[in-house]
Amino acid sequence: MEEQELPYVLIATIGGIDGVLEDHVEFLKKHFNLITMKQFHEHKSHLSEKIKAIYMWWNKPVANQELLSSLPNLKVIATGGAGVDHLDLKLISSFGVKVANTPFAVSNATADMGMALMLASARRIVEGCQIAVSPNTEYFAADWMGDEVTGATLGIIGMGRIGYKVAQRAKAFEMKILYHNRSQRKEEEEQAVGAIYCKNIDDLLLQSDFVMLCVNLTPQTEKLIGKKELEMMKPTATLINISRGLVVDQDALVEALQNGVIKAAALDVTYPEPLPRNHPLLTLKNIIITPHVGGSTTKSCRLMMENMVESILATLNGLPIPNEVNPPK
Amino acid sequence: MPQWRDPANHVMAKQEQPGLLIHEIGGVDGVLEGHVELLKKHFHLITMKEFLENKKRLNEKIKSVFIHECKPVIDRELLQSLPHLKVIANSGVGVDHLDLKLIASFGIKVTNTPHAVSDSTADIGMALMLASARRLVEGCQISVSPQTEHFAADWLGDEVTGATLGIIGMGSIGYKVAKRAKAFEMKILYHNRNQRKEEEEKAVGACYCEKMEDLLQQSDFVMLVVNLTPQTFRFIGKRELELMKPSATLINISRGAVVDQDALVEALQNGTIKAAALDVTYPEPLPRDHSLLKLKNIIITPHIGTATVQATRKMTEEAVANILAVLNGLTIPSEVIPIRCFREHTYALAYLL
Repeated sequence: MEEQELPYVLIATIGGIDGVLEDHVEFLKKHFNLITMKQFHEHKSHLSEKIKAIYMWWNKPVANQELLSSLPNLKVIATGGAGVDHLDLKLISSFGVKVANTPFAVSNATADMGMALMLASARRIVEGCQIAVSPNTEYFAADWMGDEVTGATLGIIGMGRIGYKVAQRAKAFEMKILYHNRSQRKEEEEQAVGAIYCKNIDDLLLQSDFVMLCVNLTPQTEKLIGKKELEMMKPTATLINISRGLVVDQDALVEALQNGVIKAAALDVTYPEPLPRNHPLLTLKNIIITPHVGGSTTKSCRLMMENMVESILATLNGLPIPNEVNPPK
Repeated sequence: MPQWRDPANHVMAKQEQPGLLIHEIGGVDGVLEGHVELLKKHFHLITMKEFLENKKRLNEKIKSVFIHECKPVIDRELLQSLPHLKVIANSGVGVDHLDLKLIASFGIKVTNTPHAVSDSTADIGMALMLASARRLVEGCQISVSPQTEHFAADWLGDEVTGATLGIIGMGSIGYKVAKRAKAFEMKILYHNRNQRKEEEEKAVGACYCEKMEDLLQQSDFVMLVVNLTPQTFRFIGKRELELMKPSATLINISRGAVVDQDALVEALQNGTIKAAALDVTYPEPLPRDHSLLKLKNIIITPHIGTATVQATRKMTEEAVANILAVLNGLTIPSEVIPIRCFREHTYALAYLL
């Protein structure tokens, strides 16, 4: 196609800390005329009517009232990742704009990260690495120990795509798997991973050695894990969060970790990201935090990008949209 | 076996109990304090210090030695001073620190604890592979660093799901690694002295590579799960590292001496391989100025493959069961037998399981 015929797609920026990945640009430019926010602001009158789609990477550019009002021909916003909690779905829908996410692309990488965090926390990998390289290390102490993952009880809260993949992996470690979900999974699905449904979240919290949060962030799941839930957990238990920071009441978590109400936590997500540098969570010894990298592999990012391109092209060509996110009722 | 007959249930009066020589209780490398009660249930515990102070009185009592963290050290002098010694029970599966030929020449049996260690060691192999691939340690540093103002979008790791794992050494630990890796939909290649049975291969989807080169050339992650023997000593060297993909990661959960460390340093410095994750080195710990400690593309853990409350307990229990079996003339669960390898006239290891 000649360049002027390619659809105009708005992006935040290329490269840098939160821009579209440089490695993806070649593929994107095959299908789209990429317009950065900077270019858009400089040539608004000329570009505003041309832009048909927003390619949203790491939640940018932000789809607020101002931006949506200035894009009269916007048809679709494609956002990278599974979460859509950063989008005002009602507002976007009111402009007649469709939304598509990438729920499949990140599920393997995120399930892997959940397992990585559980193993790293249980076996004290980060601490161990520090000991191995510390200038003060003269010997390795015999009484330095972690907790066994094999055969322990894992409680999965949120048994969607990612939660189920976590269960598949945990089964190979002979873990006993409990799960809590809005609805119970089919019997064959449960049996395939040996997972037992806990209709009441309390039952899961009381029995688990590891509690893993794999839910979406919604008004119902905000601060799902608070003081009460943490107190129900075993004092020997570890909380692992690979969903969204807001699912946990962070102040309650700080207190629980300080007082030994639970043993440890491993978080890939916090609120905000990054945490302020003086936040108490950063000073605790019994926590590991990773910088929201659940979906951050070369392979998954590539797949995300391809999914987003597909969703945009389908919308603009009047075809059914893969991974469309339904507007709220 | 009827319960009353099972040696584990037969608790003797204290003076009748066979003597068990140990290094010490507690401290850096002593027997774990929490395990003392279990040992005292069956044995009269004698520390090396007590023994050296009272050799004449105690040497007749000592029928067994319990080795924990490679101590006490077994040499000719010690063996000569223990005329009634029947068994040396090692805590852990590796016995490369024991002179098997020497011990056998005294008619003393050696046992290890292969069952107790396999789960926790397989778990550590998986933990290291995941931590390395997803840059977990680095990520934790970024999360807490005072300099961190934002999380960079272009900071990426490698996907473990669907990648190719090459397992070198498919004994009980290697096989457990394969079981776990299968759940991550990994493609599994393995190299072993002998090919496993077809059903065993199928159960984990593992493909046998008779030639180690084939495994090295195709793997994204190479995991070493062998014993240390004269045959495996430094068997991963310059040549093997060069056969690996430049995007590959080497993971070692066996023994440090299985890898030529100088060759590894060079390979990591030059990008011959992408990264390494080691639970074991030689020596342990490494000297504080060692080159491996300065590299950015390596993670090292302080030999924690069996460092769980559960595994250490099981190791002691397994050692106790081995000792009691020897002393009672019963079938020994995990005897280590030195065998002569006719071609090489060296001793290799065989396990009677």
